[in-house]
Amino acid sequence: MELSRQIKTALADPDRKILLMTHIVLGYPSLETNRRVIEQMVANGVDLIEMQIPFSEPMADGPVIVQANQEAIEQGITVRGCLDFAEEMTKTHPIPFLFMTYYNILFKFGVEEFFKKAREIGIKGFIIPDLPPEEGEEFFALSRKYDIAPILIFAPTSTPERMRELSRFSRGFIYCAARKGVTGRQTDFDAGFNDYLRTCRASTDLPLAVGFGISRKEDVDYLTGKADIAVIGTRTINLVNEQGAAAVGPFIAGLR
Amino acid sequence: MNKANKPGYYGEWGGAFIPEVLYQTFCDLNDAFQKAKADPAFWQEYVSLMSTYSCRPTPLTHAENLSRHFGGAQIFIKREDLNHTGAHKANNVMGQGLLVKRMGKTRVIAETGAGQHGVATATMAAKFGFACTIYMGEEDVQRQRPNVFWMEKLGSTVVPVTSGSKTLKDAINEAFRDWVTRMDDTHYVMGTVCGPHPFPEMVAWFQSIIGREACGQIKQQFGRQPSRVYACVGGGSNAMGIFQGFLDNPAVELVGVEAGGKGLDSGMHASRLAARDGSPGVAQGYKTMFLQNSDGQMMDTHSVAAGLDYVGVSPILTDLWQQKRVRFSAATDAEVMAALDLTMKKEGIIPALESAHAFVQAFKEAGEMGPDEAIIINMSGRGDKDIFTIAHAFNDPSWKEFIKKKGIEYGA
Repeated sequence: MELSRQIKTALADPDRKILLMTHIVLGYPSLETNRRVIEQMVANGVDLIEMQIPFSEPMADGPVIVQANQEAIEQGITVRGCLDFAEEMTKTHPIPFLFMTYYNILFKFGVEEFFKKAREIGIKGFIIPDLPPEEGEEFFALSRKYDIAPILIFAPTSTPERMRELSRFSRGFIYCAARKGVTGRQTDFDAGFNDYLRTCRASTDLPLAVGFGISRKEDVDYLTGKADIAVIGTRTINLVNEQGAAAVGPFIAGLR
Repeated sequence: MNKANKPGYYGEWGGAFIPEVLYQTFCDLNDAFQKAKADPAFWQEYVSLMSTYSCRPTPLTHAENLSRHFGGAQIFIKREDLNHTGAHKANNVMGQGLLVKRMGKTRVIAETGAGQHGVATATMAAKFGFACTIYMGEEDVQRQRPNVFWMEKLGSTVVPVTSGSKTLKDAINEAFRDWVTRMDDTHYVMGTVCGPHPFPEMVAWFQSIIGREACGQIKQQFGRQPSRVYACVGGGSNAMGIFQGFLDNPAVELVGVEAGGKGLDSGMHASRLAARDGSPGVAQGYKTMFLQNSDGQMMDTHSVAAGLDYVGVSPILTDLWQQKRVRFSAATDAEVMAALDLTMKKEGIIPALESAHAFVQAFKEAGEMGPDEAIIINMSGRGDKDIFTIAHAFNDPSWKEFIKKKGIEYGA
């Protein structure tokens, strides 16, 4: 399991008390901007990057990412275009890259074809929010065959039994949604959140990533020691929209 | 009906492609629904509610003038337009309302295309005392302003959806985004036989009241079963409703009519099954035939009828289509207006633009059939609620004059 090994190695570094994962919507605002943003992210210490292949029906995403998906598609981004760009990134940068997308993108491409291609271009894991284990028989078999980590999501509504079940299917790490709802709104880190994270920890041996509403150094500090990976999603998209790609480097550098 | 071993599958179609945050909510919903379905008292309560709050059983009307006009089969019309709120949507909504009471939730949300499901849900929420938010594509808000007015007057909040194509599918996405945030007190009243399991099964079950009645009524009025049954198909709830009364009888041919828009070759239609443009996909929580491009991105659809303007179709109907149990055809916008005009003039009945699609196909075939045969058209809703759209489509001069005068009156 390549991704697990890479994450464990990174976590073993005493200077890295928590890893950072960032999110890119491919083709938004353009692949050229994606390229510059990723370059800055990697240069400033981001440990993993999830690249979202746009889908016209991003059910689990909030307004900012929905808009980004839509505009990327309107500007003509294609799945092939995303794969070519991803290949360029994995060849240029040493960190693990993951694909985040919705199941129809794989289904329409041909699920096995998609795994084969992703393996070929060096993608390490998939996050597919609308594919629960109950619907993913083929997907999970192929993830073993091609050694691409399926990353499952824990939610605050997941029971401990359900978390244990999900953990059996997940590889690499678990993505813990910090709260209910969609991406892009601030999360309150209260006592309930701490209980939730403790339940997550007790339900799996895999490293825990926490995403949804993580946007500031305070958030990352708060998660340090509690989680293994902090996920920054919508915040960098807003940042690029407001201040351009050049603002991403200093922002990332200031998070940890 | 469900032949596959996996729950929620109809052949290879259906399933529940849902985000983890809703997993428990769906477990609870499945549980509550299966208990209700197994409890004869629940169905009794439902039928009793529909006969006192709505107009069930709705009549089956023998359209004698139309039958004579086409000189073929005896045409019968199942009058879902006579439901409270004017369409078959009330059946599903009141049923889910009873289920919401059982589950102890206090807030309902819904998507709406034409606005009929929205108005029905707002009505149910008012009656049962639930808070209610309706998601409606911005384009549909423009097309169906009178329904927006009624939803708001009934106490609901209407949220115009500005993402995507600003139509029904986008309203569904937005309703799901609400639900993943507030699943504890909120039930999503899905309006059609689509979406993740158990919605197709649940909505089909509530709508089966149409077919149960029609099957008995045609026997009583005509003496035997019809040769063919016609229904328009957007998501497919009115069609599933009436078809279930005849599914077990292979002698009854079932015909689904999709929106042909500006023609099946124009690329501007919403025919997932009758056209060759649909392909298998997974979106909005279920697997079915979608109108999508080769990358799996959903396409823009077109229909004069907002309620049929949708990229997907019921997984149950896709299975029945694949099994060749249901035949699919399409009616163009122009054919729909002609059928609507004829039905009004001959029978004094005003079908909704959606329902008029079923009339088109029935009219094409009635003349070729014998007078000893009967056909049933499911009239899913009434058309007078579409007055702005229908008047516009007819390009009616005196209506335009009226609107201009109203505009002046309001200082436009």
